[in-house]
Amino acid sequence: MTWLSITIAGILTYFTRMTMIALVRRDLLGEKIKAVLAYVPSAVFPAIIFPAIFINDYGAYIEMNDPKIFGALVAIIVGYFSRNVIATIFSGLLSYWIIIFIFLS
Amino acid sequence: MLSKKQLFSRGMLDIAPHMLSVIPFGIICGAIGVDLGFNPYLVYAMSIIIFGGASQIVFLQLLSGGASSLVAVTSVGVINSRHLLYGAVLSEYLEKLSFIKKLLISYVVVDQGFAESNKFFKKNKTEQYLHYHLIGTGITMWVCWQIATLAGIILGSFVPEELGLKFAIPLTFIAIVVQDLKKLDHVIVMLVCGISSLLFFEAPFKSYILISPVIALFVAALLLRLKK
Repeated sequence: MTWLSITIAGILTYFTRMTMIALVRRDLLGEKIKAVLAYVPSAVFPAIIFPAIFINDYGAYIEMNDPKIFGALVAIIVGYFSRNVIATIFSGLLSYWIIIFIFLS
Repeated sequence: MLSKKQLFSRGMLDIAPHMLSVIPFGIICGAIGVDLGFNPYLVYAMSIIIFGGASQIVFLQLLSGGASSLVAVTSVGVINSRHLLYGAVLSEYLEKLSFIKKLLISYVVVDQGFAESNKFFKKNKTEQYLHYHLIGTGITMWVCWQIATLAGIILGSFVPEELGLKFAIPLTFIAIVVQDLKKLDHVIVMLVCGISSLLFFEAPFKSYILISPVIALFVAALLLRLKK
């Protein structure tokens, strides 16, 4: 039963990936829609970023002084100026660790 | 004009830094699956059959929490529906490929790969074999994801939980969008999406991940109209 569910979930996921690339002709999308699609990264990724920072493992909002907010801010500043992915991720993690291991321990 | 091989390597290089968060996350995913009491083969098979990070964890957590298969499958479908948007953006650059190639390349479209390849495509529109960049990002992601989830399944959670490495996931995506903070219209769209995702977080089937981008794109359309 679980195997069947996984297979169906996999087929569904594959269709989400394939439909727009292989089945829908690009001409069907008008110029206006194409202009809006330029915003896709900005319109999708914050839906992954925000809950991962502001909502904890138990589904509750975090406090304003949570170390994750500080880590995210450091990552934004470092990322903005360095334009470097590794520096962004690492500075965020490092500042988060400094707070939880040094200040909160 | 870059060769296929050069474009493929460029794709690998462009996505490589994101493995800093993808690999620990994969290990955690594999370990959680086994911890929840699922058959290790089944947990691993998901990495091949679904190949979709967070949706794999959600699927197992829902089932182990007593949800029906229907709820679990629907949630995976809803979470992964964001790929429809990626596909719509990428289709511009993949138009000329044969139907079979489109079917094959679709399997490796993932968040970070889409983001990095899309950035590359925008700057190099005239390249003939652009899709090799997407294959490069996708295959790198696929291989790392397989190894990482397998490692988590076999070795368990050898990454200490206290490190809070799940936090690396939002950081990866911050790295992707951070340069767009220079543009006010993008900042507005990001805030609308982010705030919507918090407001609709409790919506059924994890549908906040679909609702928030739709609201944000609607706002983007309004902004485009104002700009004229």
